Amino acid sequence: MGYLGEMVESIRSLQIRHVLTQIISLGMIVTSALIIWKGLMCVTGSESPVVVVLSGSMEPGFKRGDILFLHMSKDPIRAGEIVVFNVDGREIPIVHRVIKVHERQDTGEVDVLTKGDNNFGDDRLLYAHGQLWLQRHHIMGRAVGFLPYVGWVTIIMTEKPIIKYLLIGALGLLVITSKE
Amino acid sequence: MHSFGYRANAVVTLAVTILAMMCSMASLSDNFNVPSPTAEVKVLNINWFQKQANGNDEVSLTVNISADLSSLFTWNTKQVFVFVAAEYETPQNALNQVSLWDGIIPSKDHAKFWIHTTNKYRLIDQGSNLRGKEFNLTLHWHVMPKTGKTFADKIVMTGYRLPEEYR
Repeated sequence: MGYLGEMVESIRSLQIRHVLTQIISLGMIVTSALIIWKGLMCVTGSESPVVVVLSGSMEPGFKRGDILFLHMSKDPIRAGEIVVFNVDGREIPIVHRVIKVHERQDTGEVDVLTKGDNNFGDDRLLYAHGQLWLQRHHIMGRAVGFLPYVGWVTIIMTEKPIIKYLLIGALGLLVITSKE
Repeated sequence: MHSFGYRANAVVTLAVTILAMMCSMASLSDNFNVPSPTAEVKVLNINWFQKQANGNDEVSLTVNISADLSSLFTWNTKQVFVFVAAEYETPQNALNQVSLWDGIIPSKDHAKFWIHTTNKYRLIDQGSNLRGKEFNLTLHWHVMPKTGKTFADKIVMTGYRLPEEYR
């Protein structure tokens, strides 16, 4: 009786150690991803170093589903640059091109007007009520590089959250049932 | 070791790595291209020049833009975005850049072009400093690649001047 009890104990303890190892490995993966993301935020100087193009307002240059790499340096904002900005009150950042710049002599502050390449009019309709210009603090970064099509994964996961839950569920299952 | 899962994992990882390498090599190859574009902008007419009700000057002009940007195109180029901006200084603003016209060149065949147009975007000052103002016209281009890094540069043409009086 004592011998059986010992065996059961040893099996159960093995299982627990196994499961704990799995959880720790998963935790390591998640934290390394977070480290890479935060590291990218530091290197590029931008709050979100990679954005996905969500609308067709910059076609044919940037299509829906493309990924843009952003960089924010202290250089002044100049006409022609593609900037990503947040409008007060809207949470989704917008990626458009700067068409007008007015930079003050004394303070160096700028007034900026943007427009999507594929839009007919400028972005004043998108700005907050009564706002005519963007200032530097609205701008999150300049687009310096791009990769086509890679952003569709994010778009699908945002627009059909079922897929996100399915993926996480499948990953969880894999973790639990794998033997390593 | 030979299950479907492991094999799929290995194949997908290899595919993604190779794709990433190809994209960065394509982008790096763009650095070997030495562009030599030419451009000329003539101001044909000042259509009107008024002070608006809110005190800001506005001017409307007709320009003739001719340029040859074919040396900017490489095999990794998707399109070239070109625009002409008026740049000038005022006592209040160290720099004012106002885009007057922009266009997209989708391929090398369209890169040598000539266009006669009024300004697409309104040239409005912050204030009324434009009478007799000297300004530069800059032709900027942004090369948008199929993958990778965007390149941008400009040609500055000086010597333009707005009329002394409203008309």
